[in-house]
Amino acid sequence: MTALAFQRSEKKILKPIEKLVYERPHSLDENHTHYCPGCTHGIAHRLIAEVLDELGLQEKAILVAPVGCAVLAYNYFDVDGAEAAHGRAPAMATGLKRVNPDSVVFTYQGDGDLASIGIAEVIHTAVRGENITVIFINNAIYGMTGGQMAPTTIPGQVTTSSPNGRDTAQTGYPMQIAELLSGLPGTAYSVRRSLHDTRHIIQAKKAIRTAFEAQLQELGFSIVELLSSCPTNWGMTPIKALDWARDNMIPQYPLGDYKVVDELKKKRRNR
Amino acid sequence: MAKELLKGNVAIAEAAIRAGCEAYFGYPITPQTEILEHLAKRMPELGRVFLQAESEVAAVNMVYGAACAGARVMTSSSSPGISLMQEGISYIASSEVPAVFVDVMRGGPGLGNIQPTQSDYNQVTKTAGHGDFHPIVLAPATIQEAIDLMALSFDLAEKYRTLVFMALDGAIGQMMEPAELPPMQEVRRERPSWALTGKQGRDHKNIVTSLYLGAEPLTKFNAKLQAKLAEIEANEIRYDELLTDDAQLLITAYGTAARVAQTAVKRLRQENIPVGLFRPITLWPFPTERLGQLAGRVPAFLSVEMNAGQMIHDVREAVGRTVTVDFLGQPGGVIPLPEEIEDKVRQMWLKLEAVA
Repeated sequence: MTALAFQRSEKKILKPIEKLVYERPHSLDENHTHYCPGCTHGIAHRLIAEVLDELGLQEKAILVAPVGCAVLAYNYFDVDGAEAAHGRAPAMATGLKRVNPDSVVFTYQGDGDLASIGIAEVIHTAVRGENITVIFINNAIYGMTGGQMAPTTIPGQVTTSSPNGRDTAQTGYPMQIAELLSGLPGTAYSVRRSLHDTRHIIQAKKAIRTAFEAQLQELGFSIVELLSSCPTNWGMTPIKALDWARDNMIPQYPLGDYKVVDELKKKRRNR
Repeated sequence: MAKELLKGNVAIAEAAIRAGCEAYFGYPITPQTEILEHLAKRMPELGRVFLQAESEVAAVNMVYGAACAGARVMTSSSSPGISLMQEGISYIASSEVPAVFVDVMRGGPGLGNIQPTQSDYNQVTKTAGHGDFHPIVLAPATIQEAIDLMALSFDLAEKYRTLVFMALDGAIGQMMEPAELPPMQEVRRERPSWALTGKQGRDHKNIVTSLYLGAEPLTKFNAKLQAKLAEIEANEIRYDELLTDDAQLLITAYGTAARVAQTAVKRLRQENIPVGLFRPITLWPFPTERLGQLAGRVPAFLSVEMNAGQMIHDVREAVGRTVTVDFLGQPGGVIPLPEEIEDKVRQMWLKLEAVA
């Protein structure tokens, strides 16, 4: 991972100098993840860890992991961490933050966890303007249990519990979480980004950074929804899955800033 | 401090504050709401955390979070609310973080009513959540005892890193009587070594989880948990006895039922019926051994409860099959009258004398 560069010393002798251009972020642990090949959880983890490093938050951060594919996320970050009951991460994060107001608390939740069983907790956490950050992974399916329909499943999408495709007459319509939470006064920052290609990954990282900055400035609830792929349960190769995310998820879940409070806008202009 | 006239729920809330409770998360439900209301006013005054959650489900998970941070934390609820909290209760038990719960029991099942009962005995002592665990369960019979047990609840929760329940019927929560509050304990600001605080220079991260993938790690964890519960059983059994030394007939009862039974015992003694009262203060761990000893010389027991007969099974297990164990009580929110207990004891005494 290191690049070698050579530089002439004053004594005109060639000396190798190591210039580090890429390494594991300090906020990531050395453990190998259990995620499927081609899954975008790894990218999301890395982006969060890079932001924690850059903002100097590793020593203050507390992760609340969900039930779902990321149930073991606390093994992959080198920060303090708890494992919540299914959907309850925002409530648990509330308890942690209220007694540790100087810490930086974030949840990492999938769409089954956040948008289905945990919808009440996340909404009321936003209602209270709780100073926590939520990283929301939307891959339109239940991953860990093997590919069932989620509230975010796209109309017509085939899953193991919607074998003929999601029928909106029977099961309703996809939940637009970033839009939904943007409507609450307690929300300081609610945006949607995608992890399907490099350009969008860079944009996602900027959003994650802003979300943590919102927490540091005590502006209220912040959430970044990340459109993600699930090659295993979508039944696609990793590359095809990224294309599917681009072609099918983005039209259903438009990328964009749904709520950015003025304090954050000013900061972005000054940067 | 001097005695003052205090309502049970208010006394419990103030006793929690005096015990250094740092954070409270709860949801309104009758007949415990005065606990929440008192803390809503007092906790912010003292710079402590009070938060009314959107549901009991959220409240218990807020408690879980604050407990992971090593804070002295509690919630309170009543029967249907405790049912909703059971998910979090199980996670807390498995995570081995200290937390205190107050259950002011009302009538069930279902929405039931708001009358005082002891219908959650089985729930709090045996089925507080999925998996193999018991909370420590304390059952006060007076407001003074509720105050005293409140401080003990936090101490036990932290000593064993476990859940402690204070289980009382709605009558104790709602009634007023003179009692004395303890002096104020400040909130302890230092956090235990296992707490989630952010690493703050620690050379390792702290993790709180209830997940043990695979049979071997979960079996190992459960063995550790069972060893802790055995230690609690060895050290923390509490009970009270009234006129048991020469008793030929013993009433077992706790909470309000025990107070009524106490009146009956005193009156029956005037009739020279040798009856006594055995009052468990810890419902779990249950005073099995002491009751077993008493059964060696007491031939008949009467379990008086404000339910359909729940503690009676623990009494039977303690005293064995050779001893008579009768029941008096009913579910639905009716406090037994001393006269009903007296009649029942007289009948039992006549039978015993006839056999002798």
